[in-house]
Amino acid sequence: MFGLKADACSIPMPEVYYGLDDYAKSTARWCPGCGGHSILAAVHKVCKDKQYPPEKTVCVSGIGCSSRFPHYMGTYGFHGLHGRAFPVACGVKFRRPDLHLFVITGDGDCCSIGAGHWVHAIRYNMKMVVLLFDNGIYGLTKKQTSPTSALGTHSNTHPHGSVVPPINPLQTTLGFSNVSFVAQTTDWHPAHLQATIRKAADHPGLAFVRIVQRCPMFMKDLYGDMSADPNSLILLNHEKGIDLDPAIAKSFKRNLDHDPSDLGAAREVAEIHDGIPVGLLYQNTENMRYDDYGAHNLGMSIDDKSKALDALLDRYAI
Amino acid sequence: MDKHTLDVLDSSNGHGTKQRNKIDQAIVEIVSDSGEGAQKCGQSLGQISAKMGNGVWTVEIIPAEIQPPARSREGASGIRVRFGAKKITNMGDHAGLVVALNEQVLYGRLRQNAYKEGTVLLIENKWATDENPEIRRQYAEALTEFRSEGFDVREIPMETECLKLVMDARKGKNMWVLGLLCYIYDRDMELAEKQIHLTFRKKSQQVIDVNINLLRAGYQWAEDHLDVHYEIPPMKVTDDQEVMNGNEALSLGIMAAGIELCSMYPITPATSASHHLAEHFEKVGGVVHQAEDEIAAIGFAVGASYAGKTAVTITSGPGIALKTEFIGLAVMAEVPLVIIDVQRGGPSTGLPTKVEQSDLTAAIMGQTGDVPKIVIAAATIEECFHFVILARKLAEAFRTPVFLLSDANLATGVQPFKRPQINRDWFSLPIDQSAWKEGIRAFDWSPETGISKRPIPGQRGGMYTLTGLAHDENSKVAYDPEINQRSSEARSRKFAAFQKTLKPPTIHGDPEGDLLIVGWGSTLGAIDEGVEMARDQGLKVSSIHLRFLFPFEPGLADLFARFKKVMTIEINYSDTLGDPMITPENRRYSQLAWQLRARTLVDIECAGNVYGQPLGPGQVLEIIKKQLA
Repeated sequence: MFGLKADACSIPMPEVYYGLDDYAKSTARWCPGCGGHSILAAVHKVCKDKQYPPEKTVCVSGIGCSSRFPHYMGTYGFHGLHGRAFPVACGVKFRRPDLHLFVITGDGDCCSIGAGHWVHAIRYNMKMVVLLFDNGIYGLTKKQTSPTSALGTHSNTHPHGSVVPPINPLQTTLGFSNVSFVAQTTDWHPAHLQATIRKAADHPGLAFVRIVQRCPMFMKDLYGDMSADPNSLILLNHEKGIDLDPAIAKSFKRNLDHDPSDLGAAREVAEIHDGIPVGLLYQNTENMRYDDYGAHNLGMSIDDKSKALDALLDRYAI
Repeated sequence: MDKHTLDVLDSSNGHGTKQRNKIDQAIVEIVSDSGEGAQKCGQSLGQISAKMGNGVWTVEIIPAEIQPPARSREGASGIRVRFGAKKITNMGDHAGLVVALNEQVLYGRLRQNAYKEGTVLLIENKWATDENPEIRRQYAEALTEFRSEGFDVREIPMETECLKLVMDARKGKNMWVLGLLCYIYDRDMELAEKQIHLTFRKKSQQVIDVNINLLRAGYQWAEDHLDVHYEIPPMKVTDDQEVMNGNEALSLGIMAAGIELCSMYPITPATSASHHLAEHFEKVGGVVHQAEDEIAAIGFAVGASYAGKTAVTITSGPGIALKTEFIGLAVMAEVPLVIIDVQRGGPSTGLPTKVEQSDLTAAIMGQTGDVPKIVIAAATIEECFHFVILARKLAEAFRTPVFLLSDANLATGVQPFKRPQINRDWFSLPIDQSAWKEGIRAFDWSPETGISKRPIPGQRGGMYTLTGLAHDENSKVAYDPEINQRSSEARSRKFAAFQKTLKPPTIHGDPEGDLLIVGWGSTLGAIDEGVEMARDQGLKVSSIHLRFLFPFEPGLADLFARFKKVMTIEINYSDTLGDPMITPENRRYSQLAWQLRARTLVDIECAGNVYGQPLGPGQVLEIIKKQLA
């Protein structure tokens, strides 16, 4: 047509191009105003930007409000057990290096019932994006204290205020051996949220992203004011940090220069309490990855397996 | 001689003669403190005997501690070797000859009724002259006691003789004892020396030479000083044979099944299977994952299996308890998975190193909600190998977790069996990554069989979200109560369909009579032998042995109807009728009996105990006699 040959086009076009719709499925059933909606939109966007084939993408979650996430993705999903997203995700990835993994977990799922797996998943450092939806409350079971609830939080299990100080998920993760990527962002800053998830997806190992999330149903007061106040967020600036559009970066009122290769400094950032630091706290792309070990002897033929087994049986022959 | 009243070595045959007495079988134990190499000695004797063409069964005697205090009665560590002119299928009843590196460990075995009057006790005599007067007193007292109880006690200068060849007799005494036993049972010394080469193949030539010298010295000493000398003729074996323990067989079975991942957490007595796998799995394209805990171990396997990689998780009782929730998920979401349970004594931490068949109920019904799945049990070491392959295939064909039960008796027992002829069909196929057929749903349950085909990540068009929530054919969360009923029916129907493919069990003995014994798991050899002994005495008893525990093999009720009485013999707890508090109404039955009663409506009797010991044929005979009295 128009005298052009089909092969004259010099722009390489992928065989299949995935649009946002390819990553979406059914209507998310979270409450109106729940931070989950914007995180879902951000993940759709990152998947599309990176053109992950939906059939090669797996979202693994535990149980809780956040863990409904895989049902709203057009990819493969695994909505498993409370606290057990990490072992399942690691099992999926171990011998399937070709799959793109997202782990969706909540503050109860990750930092309470699944805390043991959290330690070890960080240590295994297998390539996956971990999104911790941290709203500081148990939502699905209707307002119980979570391990990240601020001291004194009024809930159905602590009507007079919670009595044990919370876990700081950033500080805790930064303390685990072989940690390789820790970032923080919020559900109410879509541009930063997307840029952070994109950076996490580019990381070669386990990228742990704590997303400060609003729960309009049970924790209206926790981040309600903060999300409306431009002074609440502190943008972490560094050339190795989150790649944010300069125009958007300029909109942050508070800034902090922070080198994400400095683990000690990252731990100091994790202890900032007069605002929410957002950005990349720590990254090390050189850490050992357990999925490299898991994939080291894939694809052996049945003939080779038979031969090896025969040799083993010889050892026991009499 | 009658084949079931075998002439076991005892003091009544062999005294006062250098002549070789021909006997049908022998039961030998070597017992010591931990770390003195008794097990290596016994395993070598077993290997040599197997190579000579004898039937062999060896079973380890394991204390609970790694290094119990020296000379403690409960610390007996060692091995029993039963070998004979026929196929040996169990550990037998009483040992005919025992080598003890100290006299105290014998007490623990005596309490377990391992010996009988006339058993020859060859006891290390160095304790008689120990510098500690308390030890000298204990030694003298024990020997007097053993002699008064009718044991044939011989004091053997093991230490003295070994010190002629090595500086530290603790290292090497076991090979001297092997030499001693080689003389007593007329073992082929050429094979024995080859065995030492094999055992110490990773050590220096010097170590091999020293041990061969010890072997020869033990043999020579026995020839010069002992009047017990036996010959056990070989069987006629034409097939190539393999000799290994049950856990090694499980490990090789995992490799033969083409399983690509074993996800485990250390636990006794399952772990040695993983040790074996960890050493060899890579050669067949597999990897062992040691998880952070039992829950993560099964979660990892479930994840891998969901992603299309065949996986197994292997554990023992407490591990099964922890894996419960994931087993429920695998049932609900129909994830193929092989779960191997090498049972030990329970409940709780229980008896980690002892034999029990107590996880049957937990395997079949131990999770919350309705949790149908396949449960099979290996009865022999050979079956430990083949049943992993079977379990893997069933898991995939029926999209279900499959329990494979073994136990501590099979795990450490060693028996030769026919070398498996490798079949390409054993191995799992590479995962299907072709596009998913349009219109087929993620759980497209067949109305007839309940079976559905599952999409694997990577298959274009097959995308679905697996969930542990009640779900419909599209794996969508069920908000309609009708869906849960329908999906439960589909998950249940699969096993009814599977049961249609099974054959009724074969009867050992006549198809009708006064008593039918029903067994499962590692007790097969002992029950068969005990039943034969009873039949030789004219009793009308037969036995069947179940491999499929859920669903059962078909036709059981019809089969039971042809016997006046039916009972199970199991190594698990049951109340005994006649106990003061026990009535037919409150009586608790052994686990298989309970299942059989519920599923056949037959009044099944049972005999079960939890002494933690493997079943012996003599015990079976006694139980039969009591039932038919």
